[in-house]
Amino acid sequence: MTEYIIKNGCVIDPTQGINGQKMDICIKDGKIVDKVSNAAKVIDAAGKTVMAGGVDIHSHVAGPKVNAGRLFRPEDKLFKSPMRKSNLRMEMGFSVPSVSKTGYDYARLGYGFVMEAAMPPLEAAHVHEEIRDTPIIDEAAMPVLANNWFLLEYFKNHEIENAGAYASWILNATRGYALKCVNPGGTEAWGWGLNCITIHDKVPYFDITPAEIVKGLIETNEYLRLPHSVHVHANNLGNPGNYTTTLDTLKLVEGYKANNDFDREQVMHHTHIQFHCYGGDSFKSSSFESKSKEVMDYVNKQKGLTIDTGNVTLDETTTMTADGPFEYHLTHLNHLKWTNVDVELETAAGIVPFIYDPKTYIAGAQWAIGLEVALFAKDKERCFITTDHPNAGPFWRYPRIYKWLLSAKARNDLIANELKYGDKVIDTTYIGELSDKEISLYDLAQMTRSGVAKSLGLSHLYGSLKTGMNANVAVYDIDPENLPSDPEQYETAFGNVFAFFKDGVLCVENHEIVNYSMPKKTVWVNSIVPENKQVERDIRDKFLRTYTVDLENYAVFDEHVHNPYKIKVDITQ
Amino acid sequence: MNTITITLAKQAQLYLEADLITPDQFAGKSTAEIGAIEISEGKIRYPLASFAKIEGAAGPTPEETRIVLNGDWSRVKRIGQQMSAGEIIINSNVDMYTGGWMKGGKITVNGNADSFTGIAMAGGELTIKGNCQNHVGSAYRGDWRGMTGGVLRVMGNVGNDIGTFMRGGTIIVEGDAFIHVHTHGEGGTIIVKGNVEGRVGGQSVKGDVFVNGKIDYMMPGFKYVDDVTKEVDGVSAVYAHYIGDLGERHPDVKGQKIFTNLYLKK
Amino acid sequence: MKEVIKHVACPYCGACCDDLEITVEDDKIIEVKNACIIGTEIYHHASREGRVGSPRRRQPDGTYKDITYDEAIDFTAKMLIKAKKPLIYGFGSTNCEGMAAAGRVAEDAGAVLDNCASICHGSSFLAIFDTGYPSCTLGEVKNRADVVIYWGSNPAHAHPRHMSRYGIFPRGYFTGKGARGRKVIVVDPRYTDTARCADHFLQVAQGHDYDLFDAFRMVMHGYAADLPDVVAGIPKEKILEVCDVIKAGRYVHIFFGMGLCHSDGRNHNVDIAINLVRDINEFTKCTIMAMRGHYNIAGPGIVWAWQFGFPYCIDLTKGSHAHMNPGETSSVDLANRGEIDAFINIGTDAGAHFPIRSFEKIGGAGIPMVTIDPSVNMAATVSDVHIPVAIVGVETGGICYRMDNVPIQYRAVIKPFNGILTDEELFDKIYERMQELKMAGIESDGSWEYAAPLADVRPVKEAYE
Repeated sequence: MTEYIIKNGCVIDPTQGINGQKMDICIKDGKIVDKVSNAAKVIDAAGKTVMAGGVDIHSHVAGPKVNAGRLFRPEDKLFKSPMRKSNLRMEMGFSVPSVSKTGYDYARLGYGFVMEAAMPPLEAAHVHEEIRDTPIIDEAAMPVLANNWFLLEYFKNHEIENAGAYASWILNATRGYALKCVNPGGTEAWGWGLNCITIHDKVPYFDITPAEIVKGLIETNEYLRLPHSVHVHANNLGNPGNYTTTLDTLKLVEGYKANNDFDREQVMHHTHIQFHCYGGDSFKSSSFESKSKEVMDYVNKQKGLTIDTGNVTLDETTTMTADGPFEYHLTHLNHLKWTNVDVELETAAGIVPFIYDPKTYIAGAQWAIGLEVALFAKDKERCFITTDHPNAGPFWRYPRIYKWLLSAKARNDLIANELKYGDKVIDTTYIGELSDKEISLYDLAQMTRSGVAKSLGLSHLYGSLKTGMNANVAVYDIDPENLPSDPEQYETAFGNVFAFFKDGVLCVENHEIVNYSMPKKTVWVNSIVPENKQVERDIRDKFLRTYTVDLENYAVFDEHVHNPYKIKVDITQ
Repeated sequence: MNTITITLAKQAQLYLEADLITPDQFAGKSTAEIGAIEISEGKIRYPLASFAKIEGAAGPTPEETRIVLNGDWSRVKRIGQQMSAGEIIINSNVDMYTGGWMKGGKITVNGNADSFTGIAMAGGELTIKGNCQNHVGSAYRGDWRGMTGGVLRVMGNVGNDIGTFMRGGTIIVEGDAFIHVHTHGEGGTIIVKGNVEGRVGGQSVKGDVFVNGKIDYMMPGFKYVDDVTKEVDGVSAVYAHYIGDLGERHPDVKGQKIFTNLYLKK
Repeated sequence: MKEVIKHVACPYCGACCDDLEITVEDDKIIEVKNACIIGTEIYHHASREGRVGSPRRRQPDGTYKDITYDEAIDFTAKMLIKAKKPLIYGFGSTNCEGMAAAGRVAEDAGAVLDNCASICHGSSFLAIFDTGYPSCTLGEVKNRADVVIYWGSNPAHAHPRHMSRYGIFPRGYFTGKGARGRKVIVVDPRYTDTARCADHFLQVAQGHDYDLFDAFRMVMHGYAADLPDVVAGIPKEKILEVCDVIKAGRYVHIFFGMGLCHSDGRNHNVDIAINLVRDINEFTKCTIMAMRGHYNIAGPGIVWAWQFGFPYCIDLTKGSHAHMNPGETSSVDLANRGEIDAFINIGTDAGAHFPIRSFEKIGGAGIPMVTIDPSVNMAATVSDVHIPVAIVGVETGGICYRMDNVPIQYRAVIKPFNGILTDEELFDKIYERMQELKMAGIESDGSWEYAAPLADVRPVKEAYE
């Protein structure tokens, strides 16, 4: 097996408290080791930054909704796709890239693991098919469960053991990773064209509230001792004045404690919180305002929470979410095409193209709020950078967000020169008050590596350069001892990794992808619970009466899961 | 203005794609450099010179470059794609996408053009002396931003999907059109001097459509308002004024609903 | 020994019924339960005399001679490399694994990749590009819908179990009364067998669905008073009556078929239907779905969307990027215009389905042609090479997408006849062979001739029996 030594780089690894220290990283047989032989291939990293491979906690990269977004936007490809490199597959699409472009672009950013944010259980086989065709990156997927008829019924009766048995069955059947909660109750209401705006709105027919669903999911998650916490997209996303709903949702963690063997401390991860920090009662600049400080004040003091940002990148993009009623609302705002897929007994999805135009006040304010969230976060181990790809912007824009966070100048220049309503944005948000605040490279490593892996319960696999870890290593053209004076260099360096190792295989060398054929893992949680005859009967009954597929064809066949990596969690022991 | 003349000497077995035949690409280049510009037939790429004789000289800028195409260009696609200035004169029939995505300058086709002529055109003048096929001045698939500017004139007849998703500019058809004129339109002007079979202004949000001949099947969503006198392409006449499509959404401007206007010559 | 295999999904129509029970004995199919008559036939076909068990090469006198897989793969690989613009078309009847493998071959070959949607629901794709697709899975219709509309489709014949499993008759969670609780509206120029199930039948004037949709939309937008007395042959009163039924529904669903996408205006008949769905959602929940024909014709659209971003009509000849524009890059247009110089017909029958004038330009023009299909169909009878493959859903499994884009996992119930390859294996071998040929210096020079297999190139690995 090939050996490598990454020599003289400035290493940043928060899991070991290493902050820019000059040292060598050795790789052998796919792992990080203490030393290698003289035969090891040398990667000269002098004057460069070395970090563990990036970890993405929330990105829509594979599955029915992502693909419907690709399919219905030919114009997202026209004159907007990079020309193919001779040794690679074609890379098509701007906001919703083809699977090849997705894998390559993550590698170019130095990322090794990506969590697919929403997998409808009924369509799990589709997610796994796309994962098979996505090169390089390890992936996992979260089944969406907050509008699932089984769980709504169990939660209504507060039957957490039954909910646990069912959720465990779903994780195994879908080869899923964590319990995803999107617009709890609201998406079921959307089955009748309705929605749940607050956490106390009753779900039609099921006679349960979003608050009860979220608490039920937290209890189920901790009962199952899962690696990740419940992963929440709260009610009322994207609407002015929604921050109260957000705070109400976040406060549901009070009284719960994490219960797991994976180092995870939070009981709720709240995703793309930028979309949930709005004040005011309309999108007009006279009313709309940032409430990021109010939300982040609570997050900062509540250790039971982790969040990701959902930063707006000011691009034309494609919004897609299991929050069906939100997308219906959005298509009425911008009058652009609208795709919707309601999934029987389980969830829904909506997709609408969207332009975050810096010439509009609202896009500028959303841009500011996303950055405020990251800047207000006191514990960077609990706040992660995402774009909710592709909702607030495509993931390959991450380096641009890093630039805006690492350099106050980049941020202030943008407000002055590119936002048409920069003054109004300063008036109605906190971005002006944060005008000299910057994050460090160490913060960045926490927000994109160590913190993310910990929140996911994957710190034993990703986000660290400790000896014995899988060798996912990224080397960037940034010298921590001589930081760039031109902020653009941050964007260039983080967008074009100098070298990237995936599981010890040199994937990017000298900024070019040289190998994309290494095996990649599908990480899933094999949850084991005590036998539960009641739930088995319920499952059989629902499939007999309500589903349109046979129970025996529902669980993903082994042959359709590719390079599975099983994390076993047995609560019967 | 310098003139460069390209004479197509040889026909391809299939079709040629020549999106680089534009004043923007030619400007400042020698005839040898222009001869080296790539055209393709399926997956095979050739230098332009292997199919054509190149004479004259390009100007230093696109504005000062006129390209004259002689010989038979009826199996060549994408001429003048995305051009911003200068002039192209095609002395034969031509295939698809002529003047597609053009932003400025002038193209004259002294013959017929196939489909997708002037697709998503944003500016300039595009004149087809003969007939066109379908999707003249239309949008690319899926794009809600169709033709946004310029003047596209077809002196003969056209097929279906004329100005689909149009948002600006003017299309003038001097002959007849088949079906779907200004479908999904949200601006711009279409003038059809001949007859249209039907589906004029279907799902149209706003914009103006003039038909001098007859429409066999009016959309039910168009409602007669009044008679008006309008000057259309330099000629004044009385038109019956309809508004619609009443089945489509329409913007409110200062409390007033804006409709698509359909003017049918009396 | 007899064995009954249960929960088998059917490789006939887009309804993808997955409750079949197949009895097999000694690798022969004895009995098929739960399937409709057409699905049943597909299974029995697999065990019938006359299957082709080996690739075949057409001889100068028009007869066919068996050749080896090596020879057939070599012919196909060389054809793909040499041709300037080869077309790979079909995929109505194969699994997604085969489609993904074909995508890799097409990209490497610089081919045009297209599927049967091109001559079927392709115009629905155009509508989806322009207006989106507010849809649902079939279980939503079963469990919630109390108003069901079949517009320009006739499932009584084309999707025989559709009405009983999903559309009209099933009792679901919120629809315990089954058919008695549903209002059924059928719109068609003909009084079809489906129309016999309708509470309201609108006999629309042929070719004027677009006008009728516009009238419905006028009512939804509050312009009922401005409706003409008759639209597309339907009296104003009837339109208003049906609109009242729709508005009173708790959940309205529209199934549309080729009656919309194959009459004048095509995609616009569908995009106005989709816009009507948007309008109805202002009053009550409403969704729409295309009645896709083959059991996995949704598959290529899905697989190629993740590979290339486009569902069909994908021109990969540029090598640098994919280009799609139906009307130009669609199979029938390419054939009509004489724009291709090699043709692979896979998992379909272009000979039977293309307009004859178009197919003549391929079959009769000396363009090299390969048919990949389990059966001897019309295209196979004029192909230079015919390569039989395993029947998906019978001899091999794989993932197929139902008409609502739900992945259904198919099962093999018997072994492939005579050990023939699956589509996926075949395309992977064609890919490998293309790499070998390129290494050996075979180039895309456009000078395709009917070359004999090259002797100086290493044969394809003998990996199959």
